[in-house]
Amino acid sequence: MEEIRFVCGSGGLGGGKVLAKALDEAMAMKPHFIACDAGTTDSGPFSLGSGRTNYPREAVKRDLEIILAAAKRAGIPVLIGSSGTAGIDAQVDWVVDIANEIATEHQFKVKTTAIHSEQSPAYLKGLYRDSRIKPLDPAPPIDEALFDRTAHVVGMMGVEPLQKALAGGAELVVAGRCSDSALFAAMPIMKGFPEGLAWHAGKVMECGTQVCESAGRGVIYAKLTKDELLIRPYGEGLRCTPQSVAAHSFYENGDPYIHYESSGALDLTDSTYEAVDEFTVRIRNSGFRHADTYTVKLEGAELVGYQTVIVGGIRDPYFIRNYDTWIEDVRKKIVTSAKEILKLEPSDFRLDFHAYGRNAVMGALETETSMPREIGLVLNVTASTQALATKLAEISRQPLLHTPIPEWSGSITSIAFLHNPVPLERGAVYRFCLNHVAIPRTQEEMFRMRSLEIG
Amino acid sequence: MTALAELATLIRSKNAGPFVLTFDILFKDEKKYRRVRDSGVLSKELFAKLYNCPVDIVRFFVCDNAMGFKFSIPRPTFQGEVGDPDLHGGQQNTPLMFVDIP
Repeated sequence: MEEIRFVCGSGGLGGGKVLAKALDEAMAMKPHFIACDAGTTDSGPFSLGSGRTNYPREAVKRDLEIILAAAKRAGIPVLIGSSGTAGIDAQVDWVVDIANEIATEHQFKVKTTAIHSEQSPAYLKGLYRDSRIKPLDPAPPIDEALFDRTAHVVGMMGVEPLQKALAGGAELVVAGRCSDSALFAAMPIMKGFPEGLAWHAGKVMECGTQVCESAGRGVIYAKLTKDELLIRPYGEGLRCTPQSVAAHSFYENGDPYIHYESSGALDLTDSTYEAVDEFTVRIRNSGFRHADTYTVKLEGAELVGYQTVIVGGIRDPYFIRNYDTWIEDVRKKIVTSAKEILKLEPSDFRLDFHAYGRNAVMGALETETSMPREIGLVLNVTASTQALATKLAEISRQPLLHTPIPEWSGSITSIAFLHNPVPLERGAVYRFCLNHVAIPRTQEEMFRMRSLEIG
Repeated sequence: MTALAELATLIRSKNAGPFVLTFDILFKDEKKYRRVRDSGVLSKELFAKLYNCPVDIVRFFVCDNAMGFKFSIPRPTFQGEVGDPDLHGGQQNTPLMFVDIP
């Protein structure tokens, strides 16, 4: 095999950016596989904690249908990673079910391998006791009891489970939590292509058209040989430039050169980027260093509590110039009421005031001190149950409404509330509780494969 | 003196996973990139001052092959923790925009 060709169908399955016409153009280049990332942690821990997906079923079906039908016509496999947003087992099964619906409607059969990557508390506690769970930097502190509290923990697979599925003849791989880049690197590495360029292909392709000068609707196509990687988009008005591709290697990584994977590290220190034509960029000299120890990154979410929210605005300049002392008075009144009425200590709940216009967006990183014309105030009340959070919000309403400032005498209303009733129930709140790697006893034990024919 | 925002084509902040915040300063024009690089204005110390954080948590990269600079810090609040004001970390770039470059 002199070269391998492949397509990124979407930077986020369900995002609606798959363009059938652009995919057809890329399919004319006779790619060997199509891959799509379908997940993210970028929106926060809620999907991992609750199991809810970021996109509705119809949106995932729409994107997957275009890709699966094109791949089936061409007789090439499709790899989907981080299925259903967080890649927990139920979300993998959800995507398999959607694929089954598509295959049934199109009257074709698809040899499918689902790869589950969720990790049980008992298994994780065993690893922890054997010092096989190591913190990354920075990491939240953990203890053994954490693993019983977590809602879900997933292990991020590398190329190995995907390669096993492909070697088994899968036409569709629906993977749980997965390194985005591994989806693209798996088959090229299996076929003996250079690992550095294969992983680099994944790194720049996994976000779809974001690697272009301006992102839009379309697909990304790559051709990899023994010593170079060519990458270009298909889609309206899209192009890759050396600058756009090099810059994308920066994206969402703390280090612009070194990218850690299960089996080692992609090293972009010596990578070169050059224009081939108006749309295409050539990449060379990307390296890959194998790790001494095989590691699997863990992602976990635990329930923090339940939130109720209050939204309001402040316009009076006297209140705005007194905001910092005024809000402390409000807080003290709420804490006092919570103790007297609900018998709660301050450690039983949290009050987070976000003063939009003041320093809500940057918080501790804000150094600008000027005062705004308006303050948009959001109070997040967090407590152990929804009912308690709402009761706390209800007793917060009066302190927000009528806490005085020295400039005015007599009764004054200090905030413009937006809603009636004022409190909005937001539901369960989760947190990411792990930034750790696991050192499994075997490379296979964390990922469970299930093969089935759908359609 | 020119503001960094007028020389760069993109100054952005973003999560690098839930625990790290990263800042990219990117250029299309090599002359402008070199002007900023050779001015020596960008440094860990400058970043620490702009963002009111300790200098020893700041990582700084000068990347000739991408014509860009990168700063990374541990997130002041981990992504999605109660109180985290910016889930995607995407609105933390402003202080870098107004850095004066000779």
